[in-house]
Amino acid sequence: MSLLHFAIISPLILAIFIPMLHKYFHKIHTGWFLLPLPALLFFYFMSYFPETAHGESITETLPWIPSLGIDFAARIDGLGLLFALLITGIGALVVLYSIFYLSKEKEKLNQFYVYLLLFMGAMLGVVLSDNLIVLYSFWELTSFSSFLLIGYWNHRERSRYGAQKSMLITVFGGLSMLGGILLLYLMTGTFSISEIIGMAGEITGHQFFIPALICFLLGAFTKSAQFPFHIWLPDAMEAPTPVSAYLHSATMVKAGIYLVARLTPVFAVSGLWVWLVAGIGILTLFWGSFSAVKHNDLKGILAYSTISQLGMIMSMLGVGGIALHYGNVEDGFYTVAITAAVFHLINHATFKGSLFMVVGIVDHETGTRDIRKLGGLMTLMPITFTLAAIGAFSMAGLPPFNGFLSKEMFFTGMLRAREIGLFNFETLGFLFPIVAWVASVFTFLYSMILVFKTFTGKYQPEKLEKKPHEAPVGMLIPPVILVSLVVIIGLFPNIIETLIESVMGAILPSLLAEGHEFHVHISHWHGFDSPELWMTAGVIIAGILLYRNLPRWSGIYNRMPERFSLNRFYDTGLEKTQLGAMRFTGLYMNGFIRTYLVYIFTFMIFILGTTMVYKNAFKLDTSNVANIHYFEVVLAAIIAISSITILFSKSRLTSIILLGAVGYTVSLFFVIFRAPDLALTQLVIETVSVALFLLCFYHLPKLGKNEERMGFKLGNLLVSIGVGAIVTLIALSAHSNKEFDSISEYYVENTYKKAGGENMVNVILVDFRGFDTLFEIAVLGIAALGIFAMIKLRMTRGKEQG
Amino acid sequence: MKTNDLILQTVSKVILFLIVLFSLYMFFAGHYHPGGGFVGGLMTSGAIVLMLLAYDIKTVTTILPVDYKKMIAVGLLFAAGTAAGGLLFGVPFLTHAFTYVDLPLLGKTSLHTAVLFDTGVYLVVIGVTMTIIQTIGESE
Repeated sequence: MSLLHFAIISPLILAIFIPMLHKYFHKIHTGWFLLPLPALLFFYFMSYFPETAHGESITETLPWIPSLGIDFAARIDGLGLLFALLITGIGALVVLYSIFYLSKEKEKLNQFYVYLLLFMGAMLGVVLSDNLIVLYSFWELTSFSSFLLIGYWNHRERSRYGAQKSMLITVFGGLSMLGGILLLYLMTGTFSISEIIGMAGEITGHQFFIPALICFLLGAFTKSAQFPFHIWLPDAMEAPTPVSAYLHSATMVKAGIYLVARLTPVFAVSGLWVWLVAGIGILTLFWGSFSAVKHNDLKGILAYSTISQLGMIMSMLGVGGIALHYGNVEDGFYTVAITAAVFHLINHATFKGSLFMVVGIVDHETGTRDIRKLGGLMTLMPITFTLAAIGAFSMAGLPPFNGFLSKEMFFTGMLRAREIGLFNFETLGFLFPIVAWVASVFTFLYSMILVFKTFTGKYQPEKLEKKPHEAPVGMLIPPVILVSLVVIIGLFPNIIETLIESVMGAILPSLLAEGHEFHVHISHWHGFDSPELWMTAGVIIAGILLYRNLPRWSGIYNRMPERFSLNRFYDTGLEKTQLGAMRFTGLYMNGFIRTYLVYIFTFMIFILGTTMVYKNAFKLDTSNVANIHYFEVVLAAIIAISSITILFSKSRLTSIILLGAVGYTVSLFFVIFRAPDLALTQLVIETVSVALFLLCFYHLPKLGKNEERMGFKLGNLLVSIGVGAIVTLIALSAHSNKEFDSISEYYVENTYKKAGGENMVNVILVDFRGFDTLFEIAVLGIAALGIFAMIKLRMTRGKEQG
Repeated sequence: MKTNDLILQTVSKVILFLIVLFSLYMFFAGHYHPGGGFVGGLMTSGAIVLMLLAYDIKTVTTILPVDYKKMIAVGLLFAAGTAAGGLLFGVPFLTHAFTYVDLPLLGKTSLHTAVLFDTGVYLVVIGVTMTIIQTIGESE
């Protein structure tokens, strides 16, 4: 176990000690014990940067289940390192923020920080695992810990609803991803991601390739809240704000992005992958930004904005995957989309994290998140306003912040998608820049709503629960750090170019010749002749126009019928599934033993009959049949008549007597078929059982004792005839198919010689096959004790009741 | 109402011994002729049932102060013990042994561990039958 492994699971280890620390040091806010860990991990992971910057990767393997090829292989390359830095860096800031956000007295801090640590460890595991099964284990752990965090305030109905919804959707995706992993294993014979990437070219034509691709994309899309699986993310906003900032903007929702980026070298050679990732991404981008505008809840706006931004990154990854087809042409004409994706991934984590924290501050200081109640907070909370404005302007894509740069590159990538000569992009590719532009207008719009509706306009103190004032400094430090990053990266994007290059090297490894590296250069100024500049200008103009006239056109949101919304679909779907399952179960599990017997017998007829027909097994061979004597006929007739009379008899007493008649006739059969032991036993047992029947008859309740004939039911008749017929046919066929001689010769020879007896039946019972007898008498003993217990217990129960 | 069961009781006293004798015959003859522990046991319990019919449960319990549930246990112990006995001599479970001896009165007779096993069956069958009948008979 190397230090790297220890680093990955250190949050899980610390989680064990959190409840103890909480209990014994309850005067100190539990978060302080946590804070050093992510900070320490951040610097630890930073130490890997010089190595990964040159495209190298470090792999440490710890055997877990070696016989199945499952090892805890931790691998750090550019992509993994970027995510590890995001997780630990933003993790440290979020922990600091949460110390001031969550009250020490009112909240169950021990639970909160245990869940948070579980999540952090799981997320590190996801991005640093080289083994798909290990990745999957950590993946599900993120789902579970996220479930626990969303439902943290479990006394609220909405929290529980949101937690359940996110659980159902992400676990559905996780399980289909497991399917994809197994399919990939069937194709390649390994769980190691780096080995699979090495075999990427060989599996393209395999029959499992497309199913595996779809399974993995389902996993990635559900986790990253892509259309139509995005519906869980807005409901996950019931979580405490630090959780929303951490999980639902910076880390967990990017796990799907990570998966897509990680598997791009494997799957992006397929047109389906490119179209699905790019198409669903751009659709999510548009739908998320369009829906964000109609919300009044600040966190609702941010949730849809997260969905939209994730769609944007996803679409860039999809278009960038094309680059694998073109190789090293014209210094990365198509790779710009991947560059933009990585760049925007970093940018989004910075500004979205800070925006969530800002919203948390507003919520914390005013007591509401509803923009209709807020307004005019600019002078009251100047620092918060500055942070919000920078974050939102960056999100909208305004210069000089980092969002501007990534948005320009996004437009570049989308414009170039048109020129791809593959997979029909030349016909439908023109849609990409158009949708991207429209979505950007809406992004601009909701960013403006977010800032101006909250901080400018009329101050309405009567609607607020608390008197607003500036947040404590501890709550401001984390967003300040993130916003400084927004500005610094915006002004000097070149300081993270090495990081982006190393990530691109991990996403597109096959494009690099030995010893080469990508060269990324991000610039503010593209020149007047570049279409991206005019697109951004258009976005700003159209956005301002729309914002000015918002009340006039926002009515279109009410025109969309609620009935067709995806949430409604999910809710009714869930309800109908439960109802349908209940009805279906109620349909056949009706509680009547009679019905269940009909099922059992019908199934028996069906399965035996089909087997007989399918195997062509029916055979009638009379060569081996003994002669029939007249007394056998007579006895058979007696049995038949008695049995049939039982069915038609009116009185139960008659039935019992007839049953006795059948039993005694059977014992007569034993006599004429020369089985004296059986005849004796049958005679006595029949007497006893008839006596017991009479006892039962005597104790029948007076109520409803009217003697009446058994009712006629056609179904029962058919089933019983069917069972009789099938058993008869099988008996006849079995008798006609005798293939071996009986082994009874052995018994005949050895009954006296070896066992010292002459009664062969008895010798078999006690000697040759005495084992059976031993347990048959055990059965008898159990029956007797059972009857004893039943009757005696009933008597004591009666006493208690009386 | 107290009925006079004199004839039944008198006849039972005579018949009873015949039945028990016959059941014992069946039991011992089992290895060579039809019969054995099972039928023998049933027949013996038949004799006890006859006693129950002629008298009543209380009288029968006084005459035969036996706990039939214990009888089941003893019977199972016999059967399982005989079966396990073979293990002591290094042979598989349930291996029987037999030998012939000349007894003064009976002449050449075989002694067979299977009889011990059958005794277990005999006792269990009596115990089971009587437990069932007595339990049901005592219940209201």
